[in-house]
Amino acid sequence: MVAPATAGPLIGDPLAVAKPSNLWRDTLGNVFRQRSAVVGMVILTFLVLVAIFAPLIAPYDPNQGLLGVEEGVQKRAAPCIHLLGCAADKPEHIFGTDGNFRDVFSRVVFGTRISLTIGLAAITFAIVVGTLIGSIAGYVGGWADNILMRLMDVILAFPSLLLAIAIVVALGTGLDKALLAIGIVSVPIYARIVRSSVISAKENDYVTASRALGESPRGILFRRILPNSLTPLIVQGTLGIGTAVLEIAALTFIGVTGALDAAEWGSMIGLERSQLFSAPHIILAPGLAITLPVLGFNLLGDGLRDALDPRLNR
Amino acid sequence: MTRFIVRRLLVTIPVLLGIIFIVFALARLIPGDPCRAVLGERATDAVCNDFIHRYGLDQPIPVQFGLYLQQLASGDLGSSIKHSQPVTELLVERLPTTVELTFWAMFLAIIVGIPLGLLSATRRNSIVDVGTMVFANFGVSIPVFVLGLILAFIFAILLKDTPFSLPPSGRLSSGVTVIPLVQVWGLKDLQGFPRGVLDFLSGIYTFSALITGQWGAWLDSFRHLILPAIALGTIPMAIVARITRSSLLEVLGQDFVRTARAKGLNERGVVLRHATRNALLPVVTVIGLQIGGLLSGAVLTETVFNLAGVGRTLVEAITGRDYVVIQGFTLIIAVIYLTANLLVDVSYGYLDPRVRPH
Repeated sequence: MVAPATAGPLIGDPLAVAKPSNLWRDTLGNVFRQRSAVVGMVILTFLVLVAIFAPLIAPYDPNQGLLGVEEGVQKRAAPCIHLLGCAADKPEHIFGTDGNFRDVFSRVVFGTRISLTIGLAAITFAIVVGTLIGSIAGYVGGWADNILMRLMDVILAFPSLLLAIAIVVALGTGLDKALLAIGIVSVPIYARIVRSSVISAKENDYVTASRALGESPRGILFRRILPNSLTPLIVQGTLGIGTAVLEIAALTFIGVTGALDAAEWGSMIGLERSQLFSAPHIILAPGLAITLPVLGFNLLGDGLRDALDPRLNR
Repeated sequence: MTRFIVRRLLVTIPVLLGIIFIVFALARLIPGDPCRAVLGERATDAVCNDFIHRYGLDQPIPVQFGLYLQQLASGDLGSSIKHSQPVTELLVERLPTTVELTFWAMFLAIIVGIPLGLLSATRRNSIVDVGTMVFANFGVSIPVFVLGLILAFIFAILLKDTPFSLPPSGRLSSGVTVIPLVQVWGLKDLQGFPRGVLDFLSGIYTFSALITGQWGAWLDSFRHLILPAIALGTIPMAIVARITRSSLLEVLGQDFVRTARAKGLNERGVVLRHATRNALLPVVTVIGLQIGGLLSGAVLTETVFNLAGVGRTLVEAITGRDYVVIQGFTLIIAVIYLTANLLVDVSYGYLDPRVRPH
């Protein structure tokens, strides 16, 4: 945390002992000094709260068609907010209703859960697998390095969205398959990060020292070498979740995942795409909703990079 | 330098083989019956057996892979099962749309992104700078298809019947055609590869209409491209602006810039003549690296704006289980992407003597 700027004596007390610096506190302080990181955290905190309290925020069940349930409900009705002068006898839907008489606002709110969960899970998968591949390639070296990294090159040689589409279609439809597909196409970047920091760290004297002390290879790898890749992994992972959220939305928008009826932002847009001219609110609301978490993760990732990597101080 | 290029090319070969294998395997992994996906659910067993035999789908997978490699070596990408048309022909038909789209998107990204980046670096923390960075953050965060739909909504609906209205779909207005090059130049009897090249170029309307002076058609095709190019170009534009800004800021802090200032050069000369030239190096790399993202984005842009390009054809082929088209198109895309990366590496070695191996 940033120390409060209280007015103290201009000359420090010569007898005062300097506070020992604490790695975590310093790092956190650096992060909070980055404006973009703070804005990103505010956005993401807001979204996480929305996701957790979705049932309390959403006025309706996101999947329930309101035809016959609510009086006066209309298909693809324009947004109606009583406070802003919408006739009081009409039911209130602040983002309007969709083609199945469902409340768009409730669907957008619940969509937060799906996007954040899948984004986080896909990148966690990619980081775990990527770390495994990258550390084997970097630590073992030789033919293992060659084979693994060429495999990563092959994955990188495809535009990620196209490869993800092909994987989803090959695995079968469903949001869980989309998660896996996005996880797979994201693996190479983490593998490369881990590999390069393993390679540069393993020649260090402290690694030789641990080896001389008889530490097991696994201990050396996990306790001495891998912590070096933590910073780039955190930064890239944060940015990666944003990309993953975009890619999930793209996959569901195209419709290859099949789960068209889920309260998920991309499929909401894909389903009602042809209504752009008659009922744009059904498309614009989830569309802008997708932008928010992506923006949040991007800002936080940029801020973290500036804060955690002193070499990049600009 | 030659050795560097040769070595870089040699590294590409196993990657290319890997790509061919993955493409082949993925196409085979896609579940479902290709026969009934193409001929319809009610095709009889006899018809299907004949169909499967005709396309060699009854052979063991390794044999199919061998045959595929053999076929590729002779430059044949096979025939589309669904369109009953050679894949190369389909490519000549669909690739120009994507090439044109990505070209204008990239053009836009460069001519807007670089000046924006230079401007915000030289006026650090000014309104221009803050505005550019806010735009850049939003630009990389908004999904391509949402931006496309928003643009279509603004320019085709809100601004309808104003001079700013722009068409939201297709490549040409109905009734407008671009006369192909072979016809304009009286080369109708041309066959084979040269014909393919000319037809391919004819398909790039903003190019072929321009060189043959079909101004009306040129303007029409250009107007149709504006919205898709903005939708697709916004992400690279934002990235280019950011990289240009940070790169110029870094260069402006270096000693040779101080020397140039000390010589009494005016600020304009320092920035444009000395600093920018050095600052643009990383920008070149980043531009090259955007190609993959552009191809991903093209799939979405083509879907939103109803353009029959490579991306949409490929998605249709994947959902329709047209193995041959999936293989051929993915391969071409991967090769384009690989070539772009290769060019980036080589140009980097060319532009920056420090990375050139000795």
